[in-house]
Amino acid sequence: MFLNNNPQLNKNGELHHLLSIDGLPAEILRRILDTAQSFVGVTRREVKKVPLLRGKAIFNLFFEPSTRTRTTFEIAAKRLSADVINLAIMASSQTKGESILDTVANLAAMQADMFIVRHAESGAPHLIARHVGADIHVINAGDGRHSHPTQGLLDMFTIRHYKKDFTRLRVAVVGDILHSRVARSHIHALTTLGVPEVRVIGPKTLLPSHVEHLGVHVYHDMAKGLKDVDVVMMLRLQSERMQGAFLPSPQEFFKFYGLTADKLALARPDAIVLHPGPMNRGVEIDSDVADGSQSVILPQVTFGIAIRMAVMSLLAGKTPR
Amino acid sequence: MKIHIKNGRLIDPARGLDEKQDVYIAAGKIVGIGGAPNGFSANRTINAAGMVVCPGLVDLAVRLREPGFEYMATLESEMEAAAAGGVTSLACPPDTDPPLDEPGLVEMLKFRARTLNQAHVYPVGALTLGLKGTHLTEMAELTDAGCVAFSHADAPLTDNQLLLRALQYAATFDFPVWLRPQDAGLARGGVAHDGQVATRLGLAAIPVCAETVALSTILLLARETGARIHLCRLSSAEGVDMARQAKQLGLRVTCDIAVHHAHLSEMDIGYFDPNCNLTPPLRSQRDRDALRAALADGTVDALCSDHSPVDEDAKQLPFAEAEAGATGVELLLPLTLKWAEEAGLALPRALARITCDPARVLGINAGSLALGSNADICVFDPARYWKVEPRALRSQGKNTPFIGLEVKGRVRYTLVDGQVVHESTQAGA
Repeated sequence: MFLNNNPQLNKNGELHHLLSIDGLPAEILRRILDTAQSFVGVTRREVKKVPLLRGKAIFNLFFEPSTRTRTTFEIAAKRLSADVINLAIMASSQTKGESILDTVANLAAMQADMFIVRHAESGAPHLIARHVGADIHVINAGDGRHSHPTQGLLDMFTIRHYKKDFTRLRVAVVGDILHSRVARSHIHALTTLGVPEVRVIGPKTLLPSHVEHLGVHVYHDMAKGLKDVDVVMMLRLQSERMQGAFLPSPQEFFKFYGLTADKLALARPDAIVLHPGPMNRGVEIDSDVADGSQSVILPQVTFGIAIRMAVMSLLAGKTPR
Repeated sequence: MKIHIKNGRLIDPARGLDEKQDVYIAAGKIVGIGGAPNGFSANRTINAAGMVVCPGLVDLAVRLREPGFEYMATLESEMEAAAAGGVTSLACPPDTDPPLDEPGLVEMLKFRARTLNQAHVYPVGALTLGLKGTHLTEMAELTDAGCVAFSHADAPLTDNQLLLRALQYAATFDFPVWLRPQDAGLARGGVAHDGQVATRLGLAAIPVCAETVALSTILLLARETGARIHLCRLSSAEGVDMARQAKQLGLRVTCDIAVHHAHLSEMDIGYFDPNCNLTPPLRSQRDRDALRAALADGTVDALCSDHSPVDEDAKQLPFAEAEAGATGVELLLPLTLKWAEEAGLALPRALARITCDPARVLGINAGSLALGSNADICVFDPARYWKVEPRALRSQGKNTPFIGLEVKGRVRYTLVDGQVVHESTQAGA
């Protein structure tokens, strides 16, 4: 009952860790987006490096396998001139029974400046952040069903890039909301940045109870849910959820909740389509849409590097050692 | 040893008594109240001015962690903690390793506890062998060894045919069966209440229906078999409503809640506080309010600590992986007082839930300060504040959601069978 102080902010209300979008004020989100904007130019230059994090040691601490997210963090760190060490913990000490905190304490003793953490359990980055020294920063790269804040931010960056003003938008998040850390990050980011209408669309088995408390409107019917939206945010359906107690089959899911050109036609004509990847073509999204003119899925990936550069530089760029 | 407790405020909830009276003790019994019996000369006088003198507390769930979990806590540490908490009788659940499923284990536990000369220990035997839910234990033998009831602790009991037969068999001998209602399938994988906090934090959820579905099964089978049932650790508004209706129907049902659930809700999980990973989960504020109301109106018979010391390493994990449970036997009294104060309840009524009422559930002669009864007594300073922090706790478990909280009410003396088993000076908290 005493862990209620926002663990992401320092005493001055500045961002010290990035653990979740939940609980961050809009100014901080906008500052990250603005900083990322300045890095978009860097990523397009011939020499793609800036020296903001020169001499800093950044540990990619992945307790759950990931290629894409880990790679984008690695590229972002290298463009900031940091030293990057990749650790796939699954394959090493965890299998020998070493606790997360022991692993982290050992790495901290190697003069780490930042941990990028991915873990299968919700809250693992919070646990690490509570136990590291005050000069170490923690970035959540996805924890269980809880949060994936840099994905949420890069999607906000993408939306702002194409739509400019959050306060006039209608946004739908579609698919497996229950198990999705990305969806939770979207919802918090969209509502914090002033989007007046956020919808979630999915079958009842894939929507968490009380999801409306997060400030969203619930739809089970894709046609109604997509009507007149400006942004469609598709979610990845994990293969283990495609058949069993949550859903009978991927085909039936696609029939009702897969994004096809017909369904997308119900949205506003200039609506954009996002997907965090990797896509299951023919399960949550049709190839025509994924590769179509309204898709901004590849720009998302590019912006992802700028967002991660922004977060890392805002956290560690100002800390003297 | 003859003891004279003088100048105290005597509260005996069983008789609704609350007045300034001296207590006289000889040969382990209360031999005088108000006035000394003829020829009484005390070996020791305890000045209880400004303090409350009440029956020693009766706690329906204290895990002593022996046998098998000595790395979490030992009988010595937890019995000392109980004494420091004013607890003089306690029931321990069978979820040890091995579980309390055969008489030798129960006799050993009783023997070890007796040699420590602190609280009376009442083992609750395992309902099935190894708590595996397939074979009944030798309930009659276990009763002879000292078990007061039979329970499945928090182990899943998925086979309703077996539950029916367990209740039939227990009813044959009128052995009480203690069950924590939770449908194993509906609770599978869950770690937090299915509410807005689990949704926000992305924690796998346990819906209220996991409790109510199991409750309806238990209550229907109780009616079918006539077994005496005690419902452990109710957590929801719907759950206590069902218990209330069952009592109105005349079923032989009693129930308890844990002290954490009387004060906390899902909101207290905050940012993944593993100390709030409890079994059953902390539910909504509405549920908590309903539990408190049911405790006040007597639907809930007893408030227990559900004491579960856990070692530090097992709590320093992501929320879902952290071992569930909280240490609590030393907090039962102050948290009961906190509830009484917040609910505007008179002390005798509130203290009944941790003295005479749980004694009635246990079917033991305790929890009262009548003339001639055993001198199991708690003397506490109701105005003394203290801070819940690791070094203030005798329990080996320091895991509690209340860490850091200032609470009111400090036990000064605990007497078991007329012997002082715990005392703390005014200066040292």
